Amino acid sequence: MDNIAGTKSSLSWAVNLSVIFLVVLWLIPTVGLLVSSFRDRDQISASGWWLSPFAVEQNFQAKIPAGEVRQDGEFFVIEGNIFSGGEGEVIRFGGARSNPTIAAAGETAELTRDRTLTVQENGDFVYRSPAEIKRDPSVYYSTATPPDFSLDNYQTILFSNNMDIAFINTLTVTIPATIIPILIAAFAAYALAWMDFAGRGLLIAMVVGLLVVPLQLALVPLLQFHNKIGIGQSFLGIWMAHTGFGLPLAIYLLRNYMVGLPRDIIESAKVDGATDFQVFTKIVLPLSFPALASFAIFQFLWTWNDLLVAKVFLPSNSESWVMTVKIADDLLGSRGGDWGILASAAFISIAVPLIVFFTMQRYLVRGLLAGSVK
Amino acid sequence: MSPLLQGIITVIVGVGGCVGYFFLSNLILDKVIFPPRADNPGQNINRANLVRPWLFLFPAMAALGLYLVYPVVGSFYRSLYNRSGDEFIGFGNYTTMFADDGFQIAFFNNMLWVLVVPAAATFLGLLVAQLTDRLKWGNIAKSLIFMPMAISFVGASLIWKFVYANNADIGLINAIRDFFGASEPLDVLQVRFWNNFFLMFILVWIQTGFAMVILSAALRGIPEETIEAAIIDGANPFQVFFKIKVPQIMGTIVVVWTTITILVLKVFDIVYTMTGGNFGTDILPSYMMSYMFRDDGRATAVAFIIMIVVLPVMIWNIRQARAEMR
Repeated sequence: MDNIAGTKSSLSWAVNLSVIFLVVLWLIPTVGLLVSSFRDRDQISASGWWLSPFAVEQNFQAKIPAGEVRQDGEFFVIEGNIFSGGEGEVIRFGGARSNPTIAAAGETAELTRDRTLTVQENGDFVYRSPAEIKRDPSVYYSTATPPDFSLDNYQTILFSNNMDIAFINTLTVTIPATIIPILIAAFAAYALAWMDFAGRGLLIAMVVGLLVVPLQLALVPLLQFHNKIGIGQSFLGIWMAHTGFGLPLAIYLLRNYMVGLPRDIIESAKVDGATDFQVFTKIVLPLSFPALASFAIFQFLWTWNDLLVAKVFLPSNSESWVMTVKIADDLLGSRGGDWGILASAAFISIAVPLIVFFTMQRYLVRGLLAGSVK
Repeated sequence: MSPLLQGIITVIVGVGGCVGYFFLSNLILDKVIFPPRADNPGQNINRANLVRPWLFLFPAMAALGLYLVYPVVGSFYRSLYNRSGDEFIGFGNYTTMFADDGFQIAFFNNMLWVLVVPAAATFLGLLVAQLTDRLKWGNIAKSLIFMPMAISFVGASLIWKFVYANNADIGLINAIRDFFGASEPLDVLQVRFWNNFFLMFILVWIQTGFAMVILSAALRGIPEETIEAAIIDGANPFQVFFKIKVPQIMGTIVVVWTTITILVLKVFDIVYTMTGGNFGTDILPSYMMSYMFRDDGRATAVAFIIMIVVLPVMIWNIRQARAEMR
């Protein structure tokens, strides 16, 4: 109500501008990653992603066959075209790997041992050497290459880097770890919301307290426990761990929602002879769908994105890596400089959560609000 | 057997098991143990209803007890033993840890995170919530700023690794420095002390959306009369915001602040992915992970320190919850 009585706020344009600024600031990093994931790996290191719609100056190397040497006075000369019949436009060139772009097209570059090299824009070159030419000389040149967008990075990461296995592993961890806690928590939440018994308040307080227990505490004792009962580091272990860790939030969210359901419906069902079990399955559970959905989204995002629990409770061999572990422990080390691969890997791992996020945002927001605003 | 198949079977077994447990246990309670048609049906129904809540609660309580209550005790117990776990050394792990430079750095950095991240995220969230409140395209803007919430900490770290890259052709930061004439690219993650803030910003980037969503709802919940009255009395927009709106949503601001504080104490992914705790960026959770699997005594001692730091918030939360229930 900043503009009641028809006085339009003079700050309106400033507000619009600052929101645009913030949104752009928030989006730029992700957009950069998305653009980079489609770019050719050599182009990524040749120019920033913000220049990706434009041609990129890239360096190439051409071998000149030493066979066609012509003698010109005391010089041995090779002439030809570095594109060998193809099209192209040389920007700069050079004769040594250490300094591949020493001269601009059209100039003559002085090389070591009194040799000279001239390359024209269209690729015609003259190579002169005072000594006899024994090995095929190399010409280095840079040329503007058009933007190169492709799915190559995705193909590489998915099919030759086992990211597909990691994707399936993530899915495998996520599905049971999302569904099972919902069911267990729903029953408990119903009992805490609509059944009268001694110690109910204490249990609710306990759930609230457990909401903030740091996961770190659970790692060592539970891994020992899992080893002792023979589960060890396995998918079964991580499902159980995620179920346990997700329960406080699930119970808390669901109880808060169920308490708000109209008392009349539940009481009239009981008067009509419904048991608690029937009231729960036939009335409370269907009515609580929005809360169930919000928790399901939370738990899904949390298990999908989790690194800590996966590192501790899953075996550390590459067949059981989930995507987060694969990126953090494998790709960042072995592929640290390969930005295209890293970007596409990151996008594969965040694609599913983003889809879930944008399609189910309503439930997510509702869940957040139920959890913290009274 | 492929893990995915195993997963599907687990879902079926788990869901079937849960439903079966709840259904059968209720059935047995009603038909076998306390059938309402014996000599005194009324008493039997009452008895059944005394037991039933515990049937509903049992699986959840068992899981909570095993996975969250037991570890608090178990971790503390383990932290009193040496590396291999066979010798009781009292608070030995704690004393060696407190003397360790690495721990002091991690603890100091963690306090820095706790001070900066919740404050920055709450402030930015409040700013965005207020700015987008009356905007036509406010919902789109909010949705875009909220988006990083869906991205994993690892994914977010990778996203920002690009921004911070030590190369003016990849990293935006260095490209901007290059544009303003800096000759050499700078690895911002290796600049001592300030690199912590570059890491913190990643978490701020993620959490601002969370703060925004909640604070925006709180702003909407403010009674309009109070704002109208202030405007009629001649308050300017800044006065309306700071003197009328903020005091009324103070409770929610505190909740957001503490929620993010708790999160900050647990997140190890960002430091682990970006620097691995090098260059003086370690925080307690990542410090703990460097001892995990190597020295469980030390690792549990770190975990218990985190627990002690969290404890005041936990007690405060419980008191709030109890006050609300009355």
